[in-house]
Amino acid sequence: MAPDHSVAGAIPPWRLAWLIALKDLRIEARSRVVVYQVLPFAVIVMVMFGFALDDDGIAQRVAPGLIWLATLFSLLVVVQRSFAVEAADGALDALRVAGVDAVSIFLGKALAMAAQLVVLELVLFVTAVVLYGPRVRPGGLALLVVTWVLATIGLALVGTLYGGLTAGFTGRETLLPLLVLPVVAPVLIGATRAVESALGTTGAAVSEGWPWIGLLTVFAGAFGVGGSLAFGPLIDE
Amino acid sequence: MSIPPDDTDITTAGTSSAATRLLGTLAVVGVAWLVAFGLLFSPADRDQRESVRIMYVHVPSAWLAYLAFIVTAGASALYLFRAAHSLVWDRLAGASAEVGVVFMGITLLTGMLWGRLSWGVFWTWDARLTTTAFLFVTYVGYLAVRRLGGTHQQRARRSAAVALLGVLEIPLVHFSVRLWRNLHQESTVARPDGDVKMDGLMLFSLVVGLVAFTLLYVWLVIHRQRALVLEDAAEDHGLEQALSDRRAEAALPGGR
Repeated sequence: MAPDHSVAGAIPPWRLAWLIALKDLRIEARSRVVVYQVLPFAVIVMVMFGFALDDDGIAQRVAPGLIWLATLFSLLVVVQRSFAVEAADGALDALRVAGVDAVSIFLGKALAMAAQLVVLELVLFVTAVVLYGPRVRPGGLALLVVTWVLATIGLALVGTLYGGLTAGFTGRETLLPLLVLPVVAPVLIGATRAVESALGTTGAAVSEGWPWIGLLTVFAGAFGVGGSLAFGPLIDE
Repeated sequence: MSIPPDDTDITTAGTSSAATRLLGTLAVVGVAWLVAFGLLFSPADRDQRESVRIMYVHVPSAWLAYLAFIVTAGASALYLFRAAHSLVWDRLAGASAEVGVVFMGITLLTGMLWGRLSWGVFWTWDARLTTTAFLFVTYVGYLAVRRLGGTHQQRARRSAAVALLGVLEIPLVHFSVRLWRNLHQESTVARPDGDVKMDGLMLFSLVVGLVAFTLLYVWLVIHRQRALVLEDAAEDHGLEQALSDRRAEAALPGGR
């Protein structure tokens, strides 16, 4: 972009990203859409899984996969919400016109989304422990937390990327899952296997979970860089 | 490939030319050869018996689909990273992806039929199979993104970015599925293309298939690309028409 002399141009990009993240979180704090709508949705999905897998043994064994599946479904709703806020009144265009760099918007919105997903996943995890009864072993705690953070970053980056692409278009509700779900498949595989090892639900040792952290790191890194490059062309009008 | 100008006259233009007619004839003759060699002249396999004939469609379709997606990625990069941002590359990417999706669908379908006959199951969680399915879905999504609307340049920029993100996604999916299978469970199915010694006539039939499908690909893409030029021109024309109609309406007494 050409050097601009707008107000936003004087603020460093990382600071802009931080401000955008704060803005999104403030909107959530005031509207409570994620807390009152997405969280209950995620929990009811977990209950439905329980109905579908009507056997204590099965639900307990596949609990890690169910947590991440429910996270993916909720991710789609969170992404819709995150960009519904921007599409209304052309807020995204206004940000761009104000001279805010696309990378700042991308990283800022991803950060806010990651913050919301972290809370969502925590609730899902507790729900899974309560409903399906997998045991948490102390040795797997570090693996659990690292997986939790890395998977969330990857999901938030991909969600923001494709959310920005479909924002403001008719039919975005149907297009978003088609674009996002294939892309996040590696996160589903990696995070599920890592949590399985951390909890020992399939008899795997904790050490078997760590190779998956590599996959999650590569994924988050690739979409952090690729997303920062692609977000501009995707949202520019 | 000839590059049609952006201001093609849509009232007279077709998508055919002497060169593509020749190419089309060659492609049709090639497919006829493939049918003859694949179904009649080539022998049945000792182990797979008649089901081996699926290979003559399956392998060339897979080759064509991969070729198509590589062309889409390449053309998208050329569009995005060249200063001219020529829509020629965008339309080539779009045309190639359309053809690729069709043939990837054929690849999956024939592969599943063959798998049922040879392995007893339609599907296995082999890394290559799974990646192929993801490629298919990813490019269906790509085609949907192309239809989001906006100006031609907006469409081109968006879809080029999505195509290049696909290039980022597919190796990650392939790698993760491979890691999943390797760590999780031994592959129980024999690899479909091990060290099989192939009969001379079988190999020849396969080569005929590859050549015929490559010709078919080039032919289809050229036509689709030209049709896309006409579609874009028709869209522009319709917009201009609507604008001038509106202006004429406004110029009438009592118009606003």
